[in-house]
Amino acid sequence: MRKTYKLYIGGAFPRSESGRSYVVNNAKGKFLANASQASRKDARDAVVAARKAFGGWHARTAYNRGQVLYRIAEVMEGRHQQFSAEVAAGEGLSISKARAVVDASIDRWVWYAGWADKLAQVVGSSNPVAGPYFDFSLPEATGVVAVLAPQDSSLLGLTSVIAPAIVSGNTVVAVSSYERPLPAVTLGEVMATSDVPGGVVNLLTGSASEIGPWLASHDDVNAIDLCGITSDDEARDLEIAAAGNLKRVRRPAEEDWSADQGLSRLTQYLELKTVWHPIGV
Amino acid sequence: MSRFEYAPAPESRAIVDIKSSYGLFVNGQFVEATDGKPFKTVSPASEEVLAEVSEAGPADVDKAVRAARKAFDKVWGPMSGKDRAKYLFRIARLIQERARELAVLESLDNGKPIRESRDVDIPLVAAHFFYYAGWADKLDYAGVGDDPQPWGVAGQVIPWNFPMLMLAWKIAPALAAGNTVVLKPAETTPLTALAFAEICQQADLPPGVVNIVTGAGRTGQALVEHPDVDKVAFTGSTAVGRAIAKSVAGTHKAVTLELGGKAANIVFEDAPIDQTIEGIVNGIFFNQGHVCCAGSRLLVQESVYDEVLARLKRRMGTLRVGDPLDKNTDIGAINSAAQLAKIRELSQIGEDEGAERWSPECELPANGYWFPPTVFTGVSQAHRIAREEIFGPVLSVLTFRTPAEAVEKANNTPFGLSAGIWTEKGSRILWMANQLRAGVVWANTFNRFDPTSPFGGYKESGYGREGGRHGLEAYLAH
Repeated sequence: MRKTYKLYIGGAFPRSESGRSYVVNNAKGKFLANASQASRKDARDAVVAARKAFGGWHARTAYNRGQVLYRIAEVMEGRHQQFSAEVAAGEGLSISKARAVVDASIDRWVWYAGWADKLAQVVGSSNPVAGPYFDFSLPEATGVVAVLAPQDSSLLGLTSVIAPAIVSGNTVVAVSSYERPLPAVTLGEVMATSDVPGGVVNLLTGSASEIGPWLASHDDVNAIDLCGITSDDEARDLEIAAAGNLKRVRRPAEEDWSADQGLSRLTQYLELKTVWHPIGV
Repeated sequence: MSRFEYAPAPESRAIVDIKSSYGLFVNGQFVEATDGKPFKTVSPASEEVLAEVSEAGPADVDKAVRAARKAFDKVWGPMSGKDRAKYLFRIARLIQERARELAVLESLDNGKPIRESRDVDIPLVAAHFFYYAGWADKLDYAGVGDDPQPWGVAGQVIPWNFPMLMLAWKIAPALAAGNTVVLKPAETTPLTALAFAEICQQADLPPGVVNIVTGAGRTGQALVEHPDVDKVAFTGSTAVGRAIAKSVAGTHKAVTLELGGKAANIVFEDAPIDQTIEGIVNGIFFNQGHVCCAGSRLLVQESVYDEVLARLKRRMGTLRVGDPLDKNTDIGAINSAAQLAKIRELSQIGEDEGAERWSPECELPANGYWFPPTVFTGVSQAHRIAREEIFGPVLSVLTFRTPAEAVEKANNTPFGLSAGIWTEKGSRILWMANQLRAGVVWANTFNRFDPTSPFGGYKESGYGREGGRHGLEAYLAH
């Protein structure tokens, strides 16, 4: 039996409110499925869901967030075959190479899961101020992060841009690869069954060029990752739109998704809070 | 007997030697500007013209950036961290040696009380250079990976409220990390930056490592948009910060922005009352309220509202407004006629929107730009004086009943720079600090700064941090 591919917003699987869908072909041009084509209204609904989820997710203990991310990896493992087939079809890889990509994606969730309760120790600090204060700086999630996911790497790339945002307590609205959206839809199904609260990750299939400007100019979005934008002019225009409420912007850059990831995607979506606590008797 | 009268205790201005005119500091020399016209900088306390300063046009900015690039490629970039550190330590010492002179010059040009420039601004300037000097040969430990590299040429634009301190916040970490800089001080307060140029000469800093271009917005724009600038750092208004964020879009420039604020200063019923009143006063009247992190929204728990207000008003009645060079002065001059007009306009809007305005009786000098310490009560969250940055000695007072309500109101702003909490309960301090969406949270204190302590905002208060290891990170490519 074939599956209907839908959006994932606020923990539910709606079709696009616009009623639109588009044809997804495999790498050889053969029909795979009709995917929902998300509209600006869907994007706004997703931002509302992400904002609503932020307080609760951000307030979870780091230990708990780490467990939830690890659970994503576990549940993905159970759908290994499905992911491998989708990656192979969409990216034109042999099934054995696609399996390796799925393995790497699962490993990436595990790697980021472990960061949840280590970030504060690595990027925070205690500051020896000249006065009677215990002065410390802690990282904190910046809020709602819009992600225009990579166009080429439809699962490993997507994982590598979502995991570092949510592990620290941000919530995400992600627009999948346009031509290879199926692994994103399946990832949404994994989210729905792995203790990730609804709204923490929202996945839209469709065109980053169409939806991106609405997310970049949205005043309730705190940061945006432009990595799925391939045109320099478009990236510049999105960065200009993002300046409206001074979003933290990650510009597109050449990325090797198979390489080990550094800290930069984690710290991109962190604010640093410095607290001066008095000392006295 | 009402109170003791004070005799004037003016700090002598004989210690400063202000030239009648200044050029730009480019490549280690003071040079004439080629494509701008000179402008005057005045003492805001008397409207006396202090000096004539050159306006750098795009061609001058280009020369400065070229000098910085050359110094980066040939001298400062290749130099060992240990040697860079020595220059920075030397600069820190020169600032300490000339501290009194710099404090007087700052108070003359900016209008801030000598008590503050002498005890806060200039000591912190020296401390910043001292702190970052020590980082120059320890970059491998800065937490940005192995062999961290500087960006290259940093273009830095700073505001008029803490002219030399903002210079230190920008230049010290930039140089420690191995960048060279072109810095534009604010057009109303260029003199201490130009004195700093002399200090660079006295320290034998290689030419081109620090360049100072004076001018207004046009000069800053030319600097920020210059294609050979690798890193942009700006402190100032959110409106200009937004314009800068747009202008660097699509480039490879790294950016840090430290912008406006509308900080909540939250007083709980168990707060130590005397200390709290001093903290409220320091939070909003320090530096005439020309402070991006000023505690301009006072949130008082309803049960102590009457007492806090009565004591606050009594304390405000003892604040001395006047000659910045008088050591007794608490509140100096508003920095410029334009800023005074803005403060007056927003205060009038506060009245028009129905808030109640109060200032102590106080005689203001006839010349210069002055505004009395002012408090608005009956302020709602919708009032413009509760939402917009006034950047003057004007406090808006709101109330709350529960900690949750205080958090809700404190966070109800597009800004997120700072906040204050006043309570005797340590667990409540940390709970509140956890809930507040602000980059700096002071508990039972306010407006306190330290070179080791990262400073910067959430949301529309900008991005990036200054101070501490995190402030160094902003000047390293990663």
